[in-house]
Parts: sequence; C-alpha cells; structure tokens
Amino acid sequence: MNGAALFGVIAAALVGLGLYGLIVHPQPLRKILSFNVLGSGVFLIFGVVARRGAGAGMGGDPVPQALVITGIVVAFSATALAVALLLRLFEETGRASLRSDVSNANDEAGGNS
Amino acid sequence: MTDALALAFDFGLAALVLIVATWTLLTRETAAAAVGFVAYGLLLTLVWMRLAAPDVALTEAAIGSGVTGTLLLGAAARLRPTEAAAEAEQPGKAMRFVVALLCASVSAGIAGTILMLPDPAPTLAAEAAAALPETGLGNAVTAVLLSFRSIDTLLETVVLLLALLGVWSLAPDRVWGGRPGPRDGAYQSEVLTFLAQILAPFGIVVAMHFFWIGADAPGGKFQAAAILAAMWILVQRAGLVDSPPVSRRWLRLVVVAGPVVFLAIGFLGSATAGAFLAYPEGYAKPLIVAIEAALLPSLAAALALLVAGPPARTE
Repeated sequence: MNGAALFGVIAAALVGLGLYGLIVHPQPLRKILSFNVLGSGVFLIFGVVARRGAGAGMGGDPVPQALVITGIVVAFSATALAVALLLRLFEETGRASLRSDVSNANDEAGGNS
Repeated sequence: MTDALALAFDFGLAALVLIVATWTLLTRETAAAAVGFVAYGLLLTLVWMRLAAPDVALTEAAIGSGVTGTLLLGAAARLRPTEAAAEAEQPGKAMRFVVALLCASVSAGIAGTILMLPDPAPTLAAEAAAALPETGLGNAVTAVLLSFRSIDTLLETVVLLLALLGVWSLAPDRVWGGRPGPRDGAYQSEVLTFLAQILAPFGIVVAMHFFWIGADAPGGKFQAAAILAAMWILVQRAGLVDSPPVSRRWLRLVVVAGPVVFLAIGFLGSATAGAFLAYPEGYAKPLIVAIEAALLPSLAAALALLVAGPPARTE
C-alpha cells in the first residue's frame, strides 16, 4: 500500500464520519461542522486522484488540485451563509433547533434563551 | 526520506487525522468541536503536503482551517445557551447504531472504489505542462486557475459575492446597512491589542509575498487574501479599528472590483483573442497578474466580511 492509497482510504473514512455527524447531531452548528468534515474527505479524494496522476515533472495532476482550491473557497462561502442563517434563527426564536414540533422543546429551552 | 520511513510517517499522520476527526465529531461541547476542527484542518494541511499539493495545503491551512475555524468558534460562542436543549434531541442508541452502520458502508464503498481506480491513472499533467509556457507562468495550478479553467475561478468569485449578499440580507431591517459584528473592542485585552499591532504588518508582508510568488511557486491570491482577511479580523477584534458599515460605497466597490475586472478582461478576450476569457498571444502573463491584483483586495474583503456576518448595529 502506498501513501496515496492510504490517504484514499482515510478520505473515504472521513466522508463516512462526516455523514454520521451530519445525521446524528441535533444541533445545526454541529451539522455544519460535520458537513465540512464530509467535504474535506471529498476534497481529499480529489487530492488522491491528482497524486495518482503525477507525471510530466509534476508531483500531481494540477487540474484536480486547482478544482479543490476552488472547492475549499466555495465550501467556506456556503458555511458562512449557513452560519449566518442559523444565528438569525437563534436571534429570532432564542433557539437553534431544526425540529418542527417545537411546543415541548420551546418550553424546555425557555429558561435558557 | 526513505520509502519505509515515509510510509511510517503517512500511517502515523493518517491515524492522527482519523482520531482528531472522530473526536471533533463526538465531543460534547460545540466550542471544543470548533477547536478540534482547526486542529483537524492543520493535520489535513500536512496530508496535502504528502500528496504533493502545496497550493492546496496553503489554501486548506488559511481558509479551510483558519477562516472557517474562526467563523465556527464565533458561532459556537453565540449559541452556547442552546447547547443543553439540543443535547436532549439526540437520537437513541439503536438509531445511532443503524446510522453508523450505513455510514460505514458508504465509506467502505468509496474506499473500495478508490483502491480499484485504473492504473495507470488518467491525467492531464502532461497537457498542462505542455501548455504552461504559453501562459508565461511557472506554477501549473495557477495556470489552471487563471488560464485553462479560468471560468471556474470567475464563477467562484461570483459565488463569494452571492454568499456575501445572502449574509447581508439576513440583517434585521432596523440595522440594515450598519456595521457587522459585535461592538469594537468587545474582546479587548492588552495581549490581543499587542498581538494585533505586532502581527498585522508581518501578516501583510507575508500575504504580499504569497500573492507575488503565486505565478511561479506555491501560493496565490486565495491564500494571500485569506491571510489579509485574518489580519483584518485580528485588528478589528482587538478593537484597534471598527468594521465599516456595509452601506459604504467604497466597501462595495472594493468587493465587486475584482470580479468586474475579471469579467472585463474576459470580454476583452472575446474581442481580441476570439473567445471569452482567452488571452491575446504574448499578453497572458500581464493580464493574469492584473486579474490577480484586482481579485486580491476583493477576495480579502469578501472573506473578512463573511466572517464578520450580517450588519448587527447601526452606524
């Protein structure tokens, strides 16, 4: 097993980990964080593909590498927008929950907000 | 490094990445998870170096880890009061087990696919290397970003602008056009002020260095813009300057100038070189440098303003 294959397996594991966090965490901010971990796993797959395409005096294929740079910036933009939406939800309602049946949760959170 | 030593290093690094990622996802407190995410991002930076992608490594360290980490930490601090209520909504053990099984199977599927990728791998490295002299650049990644696939980069800068528009639109009516973020000096401490005074000039020099060498060596406008944005956030959090109201015309001009110059040069290409975003022969490098120079302040401002969030107080 070489380095690229090893990091490929790690990338796959990161996608799974991020997906798990995205589904299981009730708090939206944790979902956003998990989604970023998932995304970084996908980017890493691009990196592995680029590394496997090394040649012509380059350590890796520059095309997927450039796509990942674009991807990281776009992922940040989406994260910033998601965080802003969440903070606005918190300001409006005093809660940060995605649950639709809010009556009970609202009473519990009432003391905290 | 000998091969065996390199492989041992890779295994250690891979184990660390997995451990920190797992901890980040499973730890109780969201603020701790945000700190874990920053550490995770820095470890990923090392992985990118091991994958021979120094340009991506710099971007990951600056934007993926640094700027995103700042954003998540700030949000975690604001949302601390909701933490207890959220914990009560956690799904039960059986449910979590099923989800874990399904996620593990997704991972297994992806890992299997990666291990079965064709050998030799398809690559565009040779084509990129062959076309590199025409651009006058030495860094193939910069050539892809600003010449071979410049439409991606153009759209990406527009995505940043759209995200910023979206964030600003979330301002309550009464503070529309006001200043984003908490009151200046909200985090004031002498150490922070000292750090901001000492570090900011060095940060600006480092950013300019990365910007300038990006044509021929790892670096470029995104990395430089992220460092500039970080310096601005630091100086602003230390209370040395206040963030400007988002209704200021000069601020909006700075934010849109980069994409506008990029578009203008793109249309210039349709007129002089026969295709949108094509560069006339012999002028590729000066035009690319012009686009990068115009994008740098726009990207830095957009990144900093995205972290600052929607307007939160009147002027």
